[in-house]
Order: sequence, then structure tokens, then C-alpha cells
Amino acid sequence: MDFITSALDYLLGIPVLGWGTHVGFVYMALLLLVCLLVFTAFILLADRKIWAAVQIRRGPNVVGPFGLFQSFADLLKFAFKEVVIPAGADKVLFIMAPLITATLALGAWAVIPVNAGWVIADLNVGILYILAISSLGVYGVIIGGWASNSKYPFLGSLRSAAQMVSYEVSIGLVIITVLLCVGSLNLSDIVTAQQEMGLAHTLGVPWLSFLNWFWLPLFPMFVIFYVSALAETNRPPFDLAEGESELVAGFMTEYSSTPYMLFMLGEYISILLMCAMTTILFLGGWASPIDLPPFTWIPGVIWFVLKLTLVFFMFAMAKAIVPRYRYDQLMRIGWKVFLPISLLTVIVLAFILQLTGWGWHGGVA
Amino acid sequence: MSVSETEVRNFTINFGPVHPSAHGVLRLILELDGEIVERVDPHIGLLHRGTEKLIESKTYLQAVPYFDRLDYVAPMNQEHAFALAVEKLLGLTVPRRGQLIRVLYSEIGRLLAHLMNVTTQAMDVGALTPPLWGFEQREKLMVFYERASGARMHAAYFRPGGVHQDLPQALIDDIETFCETFPKALADIDSLLTNNRIFKQRNVDIGVVKLEDAWNWGFSGVLVRGSGAAWDLRKSQPYECYDEMEFDVPIGKNGDCYDRYLIRMEEMRQSTRIMKQCVDKLNAPEGKGPVSSLDGKVVPPSRGEMKKSMEALIHHFKLYTEGYKVPAGEVYAAVEAPKGEFGVYLVSDGTNKPYRCKIRAPGFAHLSAMDFLCRGHMLADVSAILGSLDIVFGEVDR
Repeated sequence: MDFITSALDYLLGIPVLGWGTHVGFVYMALLLLVCLLVFTAFILLADRKIWAAVQIRRGPNVVGPFGLFQSFADLLKFAFKEVVIPAGADKVLFIMAPLITATLALGAWAVIPVNAGWVIADLNVGILYILAISSLGVYGVIIGGWASNSKYPFLGSLRSAAQMVSYEVSIGLVIITVLLCVGSLNLSDIVTAQQEMGLAHTLGVPWLSFLNWFWLPLFPMFVIFYVSALAETNRPPFDLAEGESELVAGFMTEYSSTPYMLFMLGEYISILLMCAMTTILFLGGWASPIDLPPFTWIPGVIWFVLKLTLVFFMFAMAKAIVPRYRYDQLMRIGWKVFLPISLLTVIVLAFILQLTGWGWHGGVA
Repeated sequence: MSVSETEVRNFTINFGPVHPSAHGVLRLILELDGEIVERVDPHIGLLHRGTEKLIESKTYLQAVPYFDRLDYVAPMNQEHAFALAVEKLLGLTVPRRGQLIRVLYSEIGRLLAHLMNVTTQAMDVGALTPPLWGFEQREKLMVFYERASGARMHAAYFRPGGVHQDLPQALIDDIETFCETFPKALADIDSLLTNNRIFKQRNVDIGVVKLEDAWNWGFSGVLVRGSGAAWDLRKSQPYECYDEMEFDVPIGKNGDCYDRYLIRMEEMRQSTRIMKQCVDKLNAPEGKGPVSSLDGKVVPPSRGEMKKSMEALIHHFKLYTEGYKVPAGEVYAAVEAPKGEFGVYLVSDGTNKPYRCKIRAPGFAHLSAMDFLCRGHMLADVSAILGSLDIVFGEVDR
């Protein structure tokens, strides 16, 4: 009985009303979910607007002022359309695939700290959790392509299986370099470490905190992470899984209405996740770039969102500018360029850290 | 229980006719071994309209608009070949101003076609921005078409004997301004693609054509120039007043998709050069005068003249009903269209309608080599190669 009470308290507690001792877990999750989905709606619009601006177009501009409500109109359109399931498709798997993609993409956000202490699950193995969840993401794509029982989706899912697995490796190694510097797998610790040590401290100008962040000492890793994140989330120039000029729409070819929307949603949520990861690992998370009054008054969550948006802007510009790699070229970059570089960096960095004693070591120098 | 031997067969996919990079209504049957293309089987005819047969039942003037609808990306260049063929049979010469206007608009057509092709080639390898940059310029060019002929695409402007109407001076001035601003716009597209590593990786050494193969497959235009032959009808057998124009013929070294891209870019610069010269010559005193032949038996009188002169009225009536009779004989006339050698083989039996009109479309020969070009490449290269061939189905299917 005790167990049930404490579980309910943990999940649904409302201390203000004198019920339970915790703020319910469910409320926090819901809050994050709603904020995230609304933010995604506007990020999607931003993506289209940025793309349009590069192409000398206006982009969505009809629904609401400056087309601000375009994503909501799209949502309604997708939701009210009939779900078409091809006759030869495996119905269960066909519906399951987008659900898997969307659920996993959302699930990974549980460990992302958007401000000091603002995190749903403050896991001490947060990084591992994210790696595990995002590795599972490939299942949505493979199952979707397979269940469609159609040739273009099949080729698309084959490609993405190989692609996502390849880039996961280099992403993992890049993360290891950050972990070596920090000495913790907890994402909040990684942010704290970037506030408490770094170049600005060494130079004696601790208020220039943007120099502290890992993008500077680990710059090559920052670049590799950015590019691998593009590949991991199937963004151009690595959008082979849905390579329009060859595979029509890749694994999503047979999808329509809500299942299609779930794929797109999952895709954009994982893009945001990758942007958030870049922010946390390399750009100091919620920390303000200059540690002086006017800047420190701004809440951390605003800085976090600003940085995330900046990284997303780079994602959007990449989409607008570059052509697409061919399958074998993509593999070559993943295995023959990024993997050796990141592997070498891990080894060299480990030596340097061991010899100089640099690093955060959980706040204990 | 015995396990039957597994039958291994290639993965066959249907590329088109409804496919984002099928360039219209192309249908390719691709046999794949993984991502490697083992065989390509192009299926054509989905846009077949029987142009050649239809022309047999039309007067020579009525046949002109059919040529707009062949390579609809550069309509006037096709009309040009037909007009040249008819003029050859009639023994007609076009006045100098008419020739200059024809050359000017042929080069505008080249820009239209090359802008479309270069940017869609980029789109076929995944870059979606260049087409929209290119379309902004194409829009200006189509307005020039419209101001000369009244139509953005299906102009029916080059007619046997000359061109339909004179250009207003304001239009010539605007074209001159365009020639000055266009290289800048071209440089923008250039900066997005030419040195782009991914664009190069997707195009260099893809779809290589050796010069010998190029001749054997009946290639022409950019596809032979890409393989290293300085073959350009504008230089080798100049028609109209191309012999007065100063321009260079760019040629490639490797015959790959990237060379073809570079050649098209350079040809656009050369076309701008020719256009500038045309504008200068049109503005010079020698460039003034009639725009079409004064032979009243072939070229209809102007509207004002038709209202005043009895003879002109009769000519007008006869030319727009019965048309003109063309002496019996056969003739081949070709122009350097943006896509290659566009030829018209015309057989006349002495009546007002052609006995036979065979159209030689460069795209047809290029498309027939798809299997030869794509074999052994990867799936993604098929669309890159297709993009570099510059296929327009209007002329392939006719």
C-alpha cells in the first residue's frame, strides 16, 4: 500500500493542494511535451522560412501573420486525411513504424536539462540513455520501409539503416572526448563543467564564459558532431533515406496523413534533440555567453533556446545550400574520415588529460 | 526434404513516369544489384503527339507553332530550324535586321535552356536552391519572349522569311541592360555549384563519354563538346549572321557530367556576349530596316498596309488561308539548338503543305545512350547523368 501511495505521489503529486510531497512527474512531462511540440511547430516554420529566404521565395505566408500558424494548419490537414495503407503492406508494422519514431524521439528529451535543475530525469548516465534511444530510432525507418512492401521505401530503409549506424559510431566517439574532459555522464554536469573550467578561467577573464565552452578546445570534434548530427537525423546533404531525386520520398513514400505526420514530427524532434545535444556538449547549455549583469539577468532557459535555435539555423542553412551525397560517398566519410579522426582524438586527448591533469573531475580539481 | 536452390535475380525498379527527377514523362526500367545499376531500359512515347504527321496536313506557316512545343524550354530555336528549311526550299533570304533578331532570340533561347538544365542538374544531385535562382533570370527572359511575340513560351515568332514583328526600341534597351546584369546572377549560381565539393563529387567522372562513343551514338551539342570536339554548327556551318559574331566554343576534357555542366555555364556567358553584339548591331544604322523578307508571296503584309492596298489584301487573304506553295524538293536544315543539333528534313511536293517533315531531335539520341552511360554506376548517378543529358520530352517523343 505504501508503495502505491508513494508511486502516485511521485507521478501525480500536487504539494500546493497538500496532496503528496513531490510535484507530479506526469505534469512535468506534459509541460515539456507541450512546450516541445509548440516549439517544433515554429521551428518547422522557421526551417521553411529560412529555406525560402535563401531561394528568394516568401515561404508560408498565408495562415496567420507571416504564416505563423502554418504548422498548425498542416497538423489539422494531416489529422483529418484518410490513412491510406497499401494493400500489400503489413498493417501492424506499417502503423507501428511512425509511432516508434515519434515516441523514441520524444522519449530522449527526458534527460535534456533546459536550465539548472530543469530536467525531468536527472540520470547520471544521461548520455548513455540518449545514445541508446537514438540508436533505436533507426528501427522506425527500417520497419516503415519494410512494412510498406514497396521498392522505393525498401531501398530507402536499407540506406538509412547503414547510414544511421555508421554515424552513430563517430557521434559516440565525439561524445567520449567530451566525457573525458568532464568525467561524468550526467548532462547537467557537462554544462556545469563548462562553466567552472576552460580557457576563460585560464586566461584570467572568467566573465568571458563563451570561451570556456568546449566548442573551442574541442573544435574539430564540434564540427564532426555537427556533421554527424546532420547524417544521424537524415538532413541534407545526408538525406539519402528519403533522397528525392532517386527514391521519391524513400521510406516515407507510401505514408500519408497522420502516420506521415508522426514521421515528420519524429524527424524534427530528433533534429531538435541533436541541436540540444550540440548546445549542451559544446555551447555551454543554459549558461549565458558573458557572465556579467545584463546577460546573467536573462533566464538560463532562454539562453538554451537561443543557442538551440542558432544550431538549428545552421542545420537549415545546410539544407538550403548543399547537394546530396551519394550512398558510397556517405559511407566513405563516415568510416574513413570521421571514424579515424575521432578515434585518434580520443586517444590523443586521453593522453593529454592524463599528462596535464586538466579536466573537471566532478568539480574536484 | 530438399532445399531448393535460391534463385538470385536483380532488383528491378520502375523509375518514372511519375518520379521527381524523371524530367517529365520518362520511364526507366532499372535493374539494380544493390545500389549498382546493371541495366537501364528507357521507355519513351508518353508525350507522343504525332507532330511530324500533323505537320503534313498543315500549311508551312501553320506548322511553325508545332516547333514551339518540341523543346518547350527554348521554343524559338526549333522554329529557327524549320524556318531555315523552308527558306532554303524557297530560296529566300532574310533581311539583316531579321537575322540579327533571330540570332538574338536564339541566344535568349540558349540561356533559357541552359539555365533550366544547369539548375535542374543541381537539383538532380540534391541541391534545391539553384533552380529558384535560375528561374528568377528565366522569368526575365520569358518576359523578353512575351514582349517580342506576345507569348511566354509558344512564340511562333520566327516565321519563314524572317520574324513576325519588329522589336520595340525599349525592348532592345532592356535586353542590353539584362546582358549587363546577367553575368552577376550567373556568378551567383556559379558560386553555389562550381567549386562545391559535394557537387563535384557527384558529377566528376560520372557518365563519361569518350569522343568516339559520342560520335557513334549520334550525340551533338554539349555532349560532343564535353568530350573534346569543338563542334558547333554556329562556327562550323554558320547560318544567319553567326559568322559576324565573336564568341568562343568551350570544350571539355573528360566528357563527364561536370564538364558538361561547365560547358553550359560558359556557353551562357558566350551567349550573353553574342546578345550584346546583336544589340549593338541592331542599334547601328546598318541594323535598321525590314525584319522579314519583302516577298509578298511568302510574307504577309503588315496590317496597316493590308487595309490600304488591294494587292496586300489579296496576299493577306491567300497567305492565311491557302498558304504559299513551296517548290518541290527536299532539304535538311539544322541549327545549334541548346541541346545539340536540331535538324528538320523537309520534303516538298510543290503544294502548300509539306509532303514529309522529319525532325531530328538531339535529346532522342542522347536518351538512347542511357543504358551505355549508366551501366555500372550507382542508382543516384542515374539522375545525375539524366540531368546532364538535358532531356526534354517534348522533343524526344515529338
